[in-house]
Amino acid sequence: MNEYALGQGLWEMGFAAAVPFTLVALSAMAVLLADLWLLPSQKRALPWAALAGVLLSAASVAFLWNEEATGFGGAIRLDRFSAFFAMVFLLGTGLVVLLSSAYARREGVERGEYYALLLFGTSGAMLMASAVELVTFFLGLEILSVSLYVLSGFFRQRPASAEAAAKYFILGAFASAFLLYGIALFYGASGSTTYAALRESFGSAAFPYSHGLLALAASGLLLIGLAFKLGAVPFHMWVPDTYEGAPTTITAYMSVVSKAAAAAAFIRVFGASLSSLQQDTSAVLWVLAVVTMTLGNVVAIAQTNIKRMLAYSSIAHAGYLLVALTAAGEAGYSSVLFYVLAYVFMTLGAFGVVSLVRKGEGGADAGAEALDISHYSGLAGRHGLLAAAMAVFMVSLSGIPPTAGFFAKFYVFSAAVRAGEVGLAIIGVLNSLVSVYFYMRIVFLMYMKEETVPVRGSRSRAGWVALAACVLGTLLLGVLPSSFARLATESIASIF
Amino acid sequence: MLDYVWLVPAFPLAGVLANVFLGGRLGKKFVGLVSCASVALAFASSVAVLVEMLALEPGLRHVERHVFTWFLSADLKVDAALLADPLSVLMMVVVSGVAFLIHVYSVGYMAGDPGYRRYFIYLNLFTFSMLTLVSGANFLVLYVGWEAVGLCSYLLIGFWYEKKAAADAGRKAFIVNRIGDFGFVLGIILIFRMFGTLDFGSVFPRAAEMFPMGSPTITAITLLLFLGATGKSAQIPLYTWLPDAMEGPTPVSALIHAATMVTAGVYMVARCSALYVLAPVSMGVVAAVGLATAVYAASIGLVQNDFKRVLAYSTISQLGYMFLACGVGAFAAGVFHLMTHAFFKALLFLVAGAVIHALAGEQDIRRMGGLRRELPVSFWSFVVASLAIAGIFPFSGFFSKDEILWDTLQARGPLVWGVAAVGVLLTAFYMFRLLFLVFWGKPRHGGHVHRPPLSIDVPLACLAVLSAVGGLVGAPMLFGRHFIKEFLAPVFAGGAGHAASAGHAAAAAAHVSAGAGAAHPVSELGMALVSISIAAVGIALAHRFYVMSPDVPRRLKEKFATAYSVLLNKYYVDEAYGAIFVRPLVAFAAGLWRYLDALVIDGAVNGSANTVAAGSRVLRRLQTGRLQDYALSVALGAVVVLLFWLTRW
Amino acid sequence: MGVTVSQYLAVSALLFAIGVAGVLLRRNMLVVLMSVELMLNAANLAFVTFARMLGGVEGQVIVLFVMAVAAAEVAVGLAIVLVVFRTGETTNVEDVSSMKW
Repeated sequence: MNEYALGQGLWEMGFAAAVPFTLVALSAMAVLLADLWLLPSQKRALPWAALAGVLLSAASVAFLWNEEATGFGGAIRLDRFSAFFAMVFLLGTGLVVLLSSAYARREGVERGEYYALLLFGTSGAMLMASAVELVTFFLGLEILSVSLYVLSGFFRQRPASAEAAAKYFILGAFASAFLLYGIALFYGASGSTTYAALRESFGSAAFPYSHGLLALAASGLLLIGLAFKLGAVPFHMWVPDTYEGAPTTITAYMSVVSKAAAAAAFIRVFGASLSSLQQDTSAVLWVLAVVTMTLGNVVAIAQTNIKRMLAYSSIAHAGYLLVALTAAGEAGYSSVLFYVLAYVFMTLGAFGVVSLVRKGEGGADAGAEALDISHYSGLAGRHGLLAAAMAVFMVSLSGIPPTAGFFAKFYVFSAAVRAGEVGLAIIGVLNSLVSVYFYMRIVFLMYMKEETVPVRGSRSRAGWVALAACVLGTLLLGVLPSSFARLATESIASIF
Repeated sequence: MLDYVWLVPAFPLAGVLANVFLGGRLGKKFVGLVSCASVALAFASSVAVLVEMLALEPGLRHVERHVFTWFLSADLKVDAALLADPLSVLMMVVVSGVAFLIHVYSVGYMAGDPGYRRYFIYLNLFTFSMLTLVSGANFLVLYVGWEAVGLCSYLLIGFWYEKKAAADAGRKAFIVNRIGDFGFVLGIILIFRMFGTLDFGSVFPRAAEMFPMGSPTITAITLLLFLGATGKSAQIPLYTWLPDAMEGPTPVSALIHAATMVTAGVYMVARCSALYVLAPVSMGVVAAVGLATAVYAASIGLVQNDFKRVLAYSTISQLGYMFLACGVGAFAAGVFHLMTHAFFKALLFLVAGAVIHALAGEQDIRRMGGLRRELPVSFWSFVVASLAIAGIFPFSGFFSKDEILWDTLQARGPLVWGVAAVGVLLTAFYMFRLLFLVFWGKPRHGGHVHRPPLSIDVPLACLAVLSAVGGLVGAPMLFGRHFIKEFLAPVFAGGAGHAASAGHAAAAAAHVSAGAGAAHPVSELGMALVSISIAAVGIALAHRFYVMSPDVPRRLKEKFATAYSVLLNKYYVDEAYGAIFVRPLVAFAAGLWRYLDALVIDGAVNGSANTVAAGSRVLRRLQTGRLQDYALSVALGAVVVLLFWLTRW
Repeated sequence: MGVTVSQYLAVSALLFAIGVAGVLLRRNMLVVLMSVELMLNAANLAFVTFARMLGGVEGQVIVLFVMAVAAAEVAVGLAIVLVVFRTGETTNVEDVSSMKW
């Protein structure tokens, strides 16, 4: 067999579908190995190695952009949908790596595992989005989760970080067990775990209702597992504590990548495969969406720690995603994709600013992270650019044009209205009204209050590049969202 | 030039960018110059658009220019498109023109402020937002302008954020506006759901075909949109932010009150006239809210002692008249009043700024007085503006207000007209009270009066001329033609014509009143005389109480010394007058202000915010910090989901 | 006359329920961790049962995957418990509650 034939053979096996996340996993291993070889003074190269891995994988996704392939006996699939999410994850990871190169070094946790685990997590997320088989999806979920359990406890000396990891781990494993049990029941009900088999056996609308007790219980359990990852109320309790205690850059990563991966898996499982259950799924999601949005936004108001506030805000945004998932249909799902992309820029940006700000000289704990909301008083006077960037993210998160957040919400709510969920859309708009209160409070503090605690911003060039990219992305999606929306629509079309 | 209508908003945006990126390096002169020049160019291009438009056939005066495809997905397409039609072009000219004068004025007014550059950046951004709002060709562009205007007003009202009141006022403006925006967004979403598009060009013509008169859908849409308008245009119940908004620099108040921001709501309702005429209930609500606000705010204006606060309530009241006009179907009259109001209200605020500037920051009118001689330009401008707002012939406000009153009488009968006329009386009274207290009598201020620089006096003079003669474009009695109404006719004709065919009285009145000047010259003239007389009574009352009665205490003293019974009698007359007429009114107004305004309406807004905050404090306790409570929440959630799922079996 | 599929499933469901109860009620973090493992094993039992019912081996292969995942989870979990113990001198889950509200 010559080389060409070997390549041909691999291609036919659907190897192409595995290329993007394999590249990420390989670079993770490379980073781990490099960490062993590099002298301490050379460890600064680690983030760049990780970034190279991300770029390599992104290049492969771009190269395979128009391909479609199913690989490994129908376990994973490469299509526009998985390519879109792969790009979202890689974008998120790349920005987090840039932010980390400033943050992790300063906090003294810049070790090889840090970047390796980030990359492993990303490969898991990519596997989740491209899996078309339940066990593969479960593997991806676990790869992502286990990496995040470790990363959230990465400040080994800090009790808060350990607590964050413990809570996340136990609750995460708990929810995974529900999910796994659901997969077992699906397997029992349909005799297979591929999405195609699910679609086939559940295709007749009569089936799940006539004798599919197992199948119904299974889809319920699956929904619970995904709702946990998404951070939907009442499965959200881990979010505030873990977000608060974890290293800030990891919080950013969790809020973006982990949530997007859950949304991707959700669309593949419930949107594309179990569409015959859609009415009931939507009924459950409707309730989840309402309580998630409302609780997230209302509780965020009373927060004093900025990471915790952003954690509740991310719960609220999970609620908006649930609105889109409730709406279902191509419009609903493509609005999810658009939302996820917008969310990457604005949330990573907001956490990025948090990761770059610290207490300045004078205090007893100079150099510590400035996490209290009051630390943002008067930031505009001292760090105009940092404050301006934060203001853009806050405006976008509260959904005010012309920013990404506005179109994301508009798209979601109009999809909901199109699907006949007018009530849900009204509750959503009301919720974003409430959210303005706590987002604009930050802007208000930065621009209209005098400085109380001296803070200083990092001068890390990598961090600034990441922030600039986030600002640019937030504004670009607000001013020229068209091509991204089309991308989202095409991606959704590829899985139906 | 019509093809380049995008230049109108583009110039101020360019000004913003230039000042953001270069202003810091090139210094103050550059900042002021760029800022003024960009708005001047915007004004010049809108005038050019207007001129070109006038050359077109009236039927062809509707040009949409697609700038780029903004958002495109499976079922949602939004273009960033601009619209040049008589309504938007008129708004562009007014907005950019008044904004230009305010920019020039600001150069002098803000000269010593350390935030000079920041100020002009915000101001240009504000102008840009408003021009975007009025030139958008679909609801989404309108909404973007709408939000951007809100954001800029927040920044500008809170410009002097070292003052706590200013920062709070900025925040209040923003939050109260968001409540209105809630309705506005829902209205837009509902429109999208019903029509599948957001373009003005396809929604309005289709509305009449798709929905019958009084359809609940259209009623819901229009009421939701109107909720947005009450926030932006400061109507009951969402007006409370506007009086506080005077905490910003005075030229900003002028801009907010005259050209940008508050007129957005009126513009939007006028723009959606085709929808409103299909919903008589909404028209009724608009008229009722407008009327109530007009009288209510005017009465509160009677008892204010802060110069700018009086003007703020007067703006609310005048906006009420504009909505009244829209509500009775006289959209053109509403827009006409918007225009004249832009002239005289900008002028009033700029004079207020000049006076406050001259008195080194004093805003209390009880500590002014006698400024006639020191500030002649301000004084004469203020006289013109006061005559205009009071509706005295031939100043601009007369024509527009008289037309609104006339249309109200036609559409809703004498009772509603009577209430509106009370508002006219109150308006004349509080304006001249202000005029007399500030410029007449003896100086009650302690200090030296600073002479304003030329850059302050020139815009005053320009605006004074406009306030004096600006109404002549809509003076059918003088020219036999109503230029404004004719010009705007293509925008409103469709709606009004449809309504007339459906036999709706209110909207039909608008249609009829297009020719009303010619049809009932005598009766309209008669009513005009009546309204002038009402205003004159108000002025006379103000004169009696604020020019003559300040002498009463002194004369009283003389009486006990020399016993001049004539003067004594005169005093009794004044007293009786006061006891029977003015005192109760003033007490009533003060009560309104103190209780209804501060407690009920402000309280409702604050109260709902407090309720949410309290809910927040309670709900956060759910997050106990204990891992097993979290697991329990997951487990209970799982049980509920599973039980629901199994009931489907 | 063997054990029927539903009996196996009943045992599996019981194991799962015991696991859930353990997570909710036990105070020692290590025991909580073990309870989670019990839940995973309940799922494993279900997989094997279904594999037998369906007459394939797929289910049994899946169990191997799950065991590998569970092993990874336990390794990380024990490490986290260790870190918690080091920073807070406790393995009682009730004491790990400094972050709240």
